[in-house]
Amino acid sequence: MIFEVFRQERKGQPFVHGGSFHAPDQAFADAYAREFYARRQESVALWVVPRESIHAIEEFPDEFDLKYRRVDGYSIKARLKEARERAGTAAD
Amino acid sequence: MEPREQEFLDYVQSGGMVEPDDWMPDEYRKRLIKFIEMHGNSELMGVLPERDWILRAPTLQRKLALTAKIQDEVGHCQLIYRVVEDLGKPRSACLDDLIAGKSKFHNVFHYPTKSWGDVGVIAWLVDAAAIISQKALLKCSYAPYARVMKKVCWEESFHILHGRDTVLAMVTGTPEQFELVQEALNRWWTPLMHFHGTPIPADEDPMVIWRIKSQGNEDARQQFLDGYVPQVRELGLEIPDPKLRKNGNGVWEYTEPDWDELTAVVTGHGPASQERLDFRRLSRAETDWVSKVVLAEAA
Repeated sequence: MIFEVFRQERKGQPFVHGGSFHAPDQAFADAYAREFYARRQESVALWVVPRESIHAIEEFPDEFDLKYRRVDGYSIKARLKEARERAGTAAD
Repeated sequence: MEPREQEFLDYVQSGGMVEPDDWMPDEYRKRLIKFIEMHGNSELMGVLPERDWILRAPTLQRKLALTAKIQDEVGHCQLIYRVVEDLGKPRSACLDDLIAGKSKFHNVFHYPTKSWGDVGVIAWLVDAAAIISQKALLKCSYAPYARVMKKVCWEESFHILHGRDTVLAMVTGTPEQFELVQEALNRWWTPLMHFHGTPIPADEDPMVIWRIKSQGNEDARQQFLDGYVPQVRELGLEIPDPKLRKNGNGVWEYTEPDWDELTAVVTGHGPASQERLDFRRLSRAETDWVSKVVLAEAA
């Protein structure tokens, strides 16, 4: 079996993918993970996951151009200018 | 070249990164497998010269440090073979081809070790040469390999220090100890000059073209000489090449190494090639039952 390891370098940091290895079962995998990714105290926590449990999603089509979900979907410059002019607060 | 291949080439040349599930040209995949497999083989074969010295290490601290280095190198082999596996070649096939002499490993691991001086010179200078190549691989277009290289480089930095410390202990010891280091350096200099390969121009090197390697062979060797010749000379050690000097343009000149020797060595005709392969065959046969038992118990 192949196991994937995610490691946290310091408390509060995100878990980052470290690598993978072969192990016959979870008990071996845990022991290998300690040896591979923490024997120099370089990790404070590890997630040891059978590769088959990971579902990869790699396609993210944007057929409907859903820009309103993102900051680049909004251009406020022109409206802000108009609003400031109307309120008499425009810096000229 | 087909348009799709050209597009891929443009992508990697302009800094694009490739993941295992991405489409890639056959040539790219083949070159990756061959190169990365050889790297994995070298990590595995590279521990054999050092293994010989575990029982003969001069102090307990040195014995522990050497054992830790060997553990690191075998770990690198495991990580690197995983990258090869995800490209399509299983680890068992890599090991089969290695012991059958069908695949290669690095030239420096085809030579015998004669004294504790060799252990220092290998851990310091061979690892220094290796880390130059490996640092350049951090920029490899194949992302999983580049990611593995981060961990490898981090661990190699301990090895260089361990090697330099070993050498320093000997050159500050008795005249006999100093002489052991000098004698080891004399034997290792040619293999070190061979290490980065023939000076094929970077723009003609397919490995650079596909951005598997980010640095030409001669660039790597120049970087090695620039970094380490002064560090060797300041200890009063002599480098066995009367032509070695840095010219006015900042380029190191040296006696052209015998490139036929490099070819012979890496194709299994080095002084220790067969002995090392025999040992690898023996240990694979002797430990076969362990993996069988472990896998049977897990099933």
